[in-house]
Amino acid sequence: MTTFVTGLEIAHLIDGKFPGAVEDAQPEFAVVKPEKLVEALIWLRDDDDHWYKFLSSLTGVDRIDWFEVAYHIESFKHNRTTTLKVRSNDRENPSVPSAVPVWEGAQLQEREAYDLLGIRFEGNPDLRRIFLWEGFAGFPLRKDYLNMPGGQMAGLERFPGEPGVELSGRGTE
Amino acid sequence: MTIKSEPFVVNIGPQHPSTHGVFRLRLTLDGEKILDADMVMGYLHRSMEKLAEERTYTQNIPFTDRTDYLAAMTGNLAYVQAVEKLMEIDVPERAKFLRTIMAELQRIASHAMAIGIFANDCGAWQTPVMHMFRDREKILDLFEMACGARLTLNYMRIGGVSKDIPPEWMPMAKKLLKELPKRFAEYEDLLLSNEIIVARSRGIGVLTPEQAMAYSVSGPMLRASGVAWDIRKADPYAAYDKLDFKIAVGTNGDVFDRFVVRLAELRQSLYMLEQALDLMPSGPVHERVGTSTVQPWGQAVAPLAFRPPVGEAYARIESPRGELGYYIVSDGGPAPFRFHIRSPSFINLTPLKLMSVGATVADAIVILGSVDIVVGEVDR
Repeated sequence: MTTFVTGLEIAHLIDGKFPGAVEDAQPEFAVVKPEKLVEALIWLRDDDDHWYKFLSSLTGVDRIDWFEVAYHIESFKHNRTTTLKVRSNDRENPSVPSAVPVWEGAQLQEREAYDLLGIRFEGNPDLRRIFLWEGFAGFPLRKDYLNMPGGQMAGLERFPGEPGVELSGRGTE
Repeated sequence: MTIKSEPFVVNIGPQHPSTHGVFRLRLTLDGEKILDADMVMGYLHRSMEKLAEERTYTQNIPFTDRTDYLAAMTGNLAYVQAVEKLMEIDVPERAKFLRTIMAELQRIASHAMAIGIFANDCGAWQTPVMHMFRDREKILDLFEMACGARLTLNYMRIGGVSKDIPPEWMPMAKKLLKELPKRFAEYEDLLLSNEIIVARSRGIGVLTPEQAMAYSVSGPMLRASGVAWDIRKADPYAAYDKLDFKIAVGTNGDVFDRFVVRLAELRQSLYMLEQALDLMPSGPVHERVGTSTVQPWGQAVAPLAFRPPVGEAYARIESPRGELGYYIVSDGGPAPFRFHIRSPSFINLTPLKLMSVGATVADAIVILGSVDIVVGEVDR
């Protein structure tokens, strides 16, 4: 079975090598400061005790208060996997360092995150839109893309008729 | 006297039989040699990740059929496992076996298509594809018996599978398993030593093990490069921990090895299916989840809406095309806060430029065929 290295463990390891590089740690993930990200990733990739040679997945997430990019990385040699994140607080022009110098496999995935969420990856050699065309207005996966009337964000708050939840407005007596 | 020449741009696709869907390859050529390859995609982009944020977890299962439409079972499986991981649900033993059996049948159907279409790309026009369709048809019949659909199956549910197999399913499946080895031997005879296929695919589109890992390549492509990595073995899910099989590994990492690895995986899938059909226990096929109801005959039905705890989960499986992962972030609401598909077809295209620069136009077709993309999954 693949061992999942918890966010707390990996945060401890990174903090031991690069003091002050970890911003936050949860059981599921560790958040690395953007300025230390590439250094830390290269160390995790090349160090024999870690050997995270495989970038499994790179995902951008709009957390409303900040943007984050999640890296799910995998070590074939030790059969381990872990999750790292990096955050950007700029709502208008979020930007994080590119992981292409670490894994070339990040190339298309960063283009996807840029296309749909508008996160800029500094250092990506070929950052263009990928699914949508150049000139497409806005970034569709952002939570404030096409807000509902009244400024309400799109998304499902409550499923109609969901048991145990009081219906408000239409549908109640 | 020298002849003045300049680079020439050729568009392959979006409507071209060799692109396996609506995918465009923009090649810059010097004579027949490729100088640059640029991928243009998004013709089939349906923004599933955004749509999923407005639908409940159960309503999202049909989307997973429509990403990789040649392997809907594995799409279902990866998604429901991600939600089960998030909610910490344990699935009944019989449901685990049913999931494994369906996933392996799907792998045979999908690999058969991949091999047939690859032979098509090599110039064996349509005949191999029709041979492969013959076997795939029987597997689709089995799916139809189990869930009523043939292509977009929507079979798995969060907590189990939608319904148990009917009593006539087992004899039919066993009959098919007896027929298949003969067919596979026929394919190996016809294709492996075929002079044209060997000449067109040996030493082309080579990826070294280091390159394959760095470019996040997964599945048969990664194994063809000599990296013995299979998630079914490394991190067994469903009932794979109870089944014995060998990982098919290539040596050269070229187009021919990818094709050989897929042929070898057909045999391994068959071997796994034989074991799984014998080992399958009886019992319920669905675990109660949240407010799920129980039907009079004792089967739990998946609820339409429930609220998983706040958190996130990334679950991955070995789909026929590689590592298929679902990353789900929950804010405690009835719909996912973020729904991301790590699709192997899309990420396996990353080294396409690396593989095709320096090759000829005819090679580019074969290289793209060896990646085995499904454009529904590339664009999502």
